[in-house]
Amino acid sequence: MSAFATSLSRIGAIFFKEMIQMRRDRLTLGMMFIIPIIQLILFGYAINVNPKNLPTAVHVEDASPIARTLLQGLESSGYFDIKLQTQDPAEADDWLARGKVAFIIAIPADFSEKLIRGERPQVLIEADATDPAAASNAIAQAEKIFELALRHDLKGPLANLNAAPPPFDLVLHSRYNPEAITQFNIVPGLLGVILTMTLVMITSIAMTRETERGTLENLLAMPSLAYEVMIGKIMPYVTVGLLQTTIILFASKILFGVPFQGSLMVLALAVGLFVVANLALGFTFSTLVKTQMQAMQLTFFFFLPSMLLSGFMFPFRGMPEWAQGLGQALPLTHFLRIVRGVMLKGASLEQLHQEFLAILIFTFAVGLLAMARYRRTLD
Amino acid sequence: MNTGFAIDVRDLTKKFGDKLAVDNVDIQMPKGQVWGFLGPNGSGKTTTIRMICGLLSPSSGEGTCLGYDIASEARSIKLQTGYMTQKFSFWSDLTIRENLDFVARLYQMPDRLQVVEETLETLGLTHRQNQLAGALSGGWKQRLALAAVTMHKPRLLLLDEPTAGVDPQARRDFWDEIHRLSLQGLTVLVSTHYMDEAERCDKIVYLAHGQKITEGRVQNIIRQSGLITFRGEGEGVRQIAEAIKQSPGVEYVAYFGAALHISGHDRAALERAIGQFSENNAKWQAVPPSLEDVFISMMGAAGQDKRFAS
Ligand SMILES: Nc1ncnc2c1ncn2[C@@H]1O[C@H](COP(=O)(O)OP(=O)(O)OP(=O)(O)O)[C@@H](O)[C@H]1O
Ligand SMILES: [Mg+2]
Repeated sequence: MSAFATSLSRIGAIFFKEMIQMRRDRLTLGMMFIIPIIQLILFGYAINVNPKNLPTAVHVEDASPIARTLLQGLESSGYFDIKLQTQDPAEADDWLARGKVAFIIAIPADFSEKLIRGERPQVLIEADATDPAAASNAIAQAEKIFELALRHDLKGPLANLNAAPPPFDLVLHSRYNPEAITQFNIVPGLLGVILTMTLVMITSIAMTRETERGTLENLLAMPSLAYEVMIGKIMPYVTVGLLQTTIILFASKILFGVPFQGSLMVLALAVGLFVVANLALGFTFSTLVKTQMQAMQLTFFFFLPSMLLSGFMFPFRGMPEWAQGLGQALPLTHFLRIVRGVMLKGASLEQLHQEFLAILIFTFAVGLLAMARYRRTLD
Repeated sequence: MNTGFAIDVRDLTKKFGDKLAVDNVDIQMPKGQVWGFLGPNGSGKTTTIRMICGLLSPSSGEGTCLGYDIASEARSIKLQTGYMTQKFSFWSDLTIRENLDFVARLYQMPDRLQVVEETLETLGLTHRQNQLAGALSGGWKQRLALAAVTMHKPRLLLLDEPTAGVDPQARRDFWDEIHRLSLQGLTVLVSTHYMDEAERCDKIVYLAHGQKITEGRVQNIIRQSGLITFRGEGEGVRQIAEAIKQSPGVEYVAYFGAALHISGHDRAALERAIGQFSENNAKWQAVPPSLEDVFISMMGAAGQDKRFAS
């Protein structure tokens, strides 16, 4: 009994010591409460696997009221948001390749004529299938939407056309990933995710290690400028990032048969830029924290929204506007668009220049913050 | 302001938040000398040294180091100064050679490989050059650090407790090396807690509670202190230590082996205190106070540390 009591008091001693230490480490404690809240909000509000208001281009050659009714039906369904009406199929194609729209809906010139004659005209839907999950719901709804829209117009002598099956054929054309293979979407995305996780962590830890071990004082006492330390610290990990990329690309080709449509040069440029962006971020993190443990936590804290809001795990367009805004600020979002664009769509540098610009701005902002925060002295 | 001084700082003050760590310290140290920097734990030695070499920016005060402004020309100071930190701060996951090589590269030494080779040789570490620095014993780490900070031939050495935890033989070798470097024209400021090391210095600066209490040659400091010390020897002497400490005029009592030292500024009072215990068969005689006696009495005179509110 007395052995039990002394053991209990020793447990108490360790318990109180641990409580005190936990309270002192504000950052860790904060993370323990902030992370669940953020996860709740992200999973609860931001993520939607049934995206609506998907940007759509329509290519209508039929000027009849029936065609107009179809378009109105599309818009009022809430699934499609018509961003472009064009006569030029090449323009619609370009919007799809740039990712500005998720669908092209084409209504041919003789649509209403054939419909009235009962000849079952075709409506063509071309979907960007680089993210198969994102488009599938809207496509599933399309036939019903058209049917419903036509029901109002097909009255009187045309009422007989209202019988099931619908009096037209919906032709679906999955572009870029015709078989809607999930790996084609996930594997290029993984490249960005893996680079983000490992590189941000590795740099933030490499820097805080100097602080934690006391070697920073020595480094600062010797002649070295802030940018020299930063570049020197980052360079080895650029190599690591490029090696990781090579491995992932080979694996994606050999193991999953992911196609590579575009230019390797554009992809290499994107990888280089993205690697530097992540390393600059890791360096910045290291200037904000004191220990390696805190650096890990901050990395995780950044990694979580990167996974959820970038369009890696869930369709970007399914998120509410505030979440899309947050997502736009993350380099991974833009990198994913570039990688999927280059590998699956064969998009050109010109078509992707906005995504490049976004990562570039991020890198600059973070780099400036890092330089401002880097301590040349010990205070 | 730009004089022949290696270190010339005035009114140097450092606050951490509202904590005053260094309080209006002046140091004018001529080139080519070896000075000791003494003071109890937390008195501000490390903080002062860091300000001198530009690692901490002073809250107020100004000065030059090797003729360069400590606030704006830290880079020039770093190029010509060797600073050995109190805690071993070389890379424990690099080998001895890799550490030296890294330092040599940072200072852009033209004949890098040769310098590293020579340094390893003088250190006597050539055969262990591929061991990790972290695996060295405490004393060897200190030797490695001294070698590393002198490799670029600095004009000023700032050594922060370089011999803490080092055995007596190694400590003597260390000081021989310091004097050898000083003969070559180097200026050396060494912080230490060892009195015998203080006595090897041209001059010492004594800090307490962030303030400079005294400065000068060891003999002068002892003489000027006006401290009087009596040494008592005999069987019963240890038993009376507690009682004699309470006597008026006795500022401090210390054991020296079997003997007892009592110190104070008032000779008559000290003699009265000894007289109280005349039935005790201890033998008392006046002895010159040691530097340690003087410092401890100074610390007593400086009173409680009033810098920090907590
Ligand atoms: N970064 C810091 N933040 C807050 N307080 C500090 C910091 N560095 C030092 N101090 C405080 O300033 C005072 C002076 O410290 P310093 O390290 O200069 O003393 P020291 O004379 O070198 O002591 P020691 O002999 O123990 O090495 C101490 O009270 C210390 O707690
Ligand atoms: Mg110190």
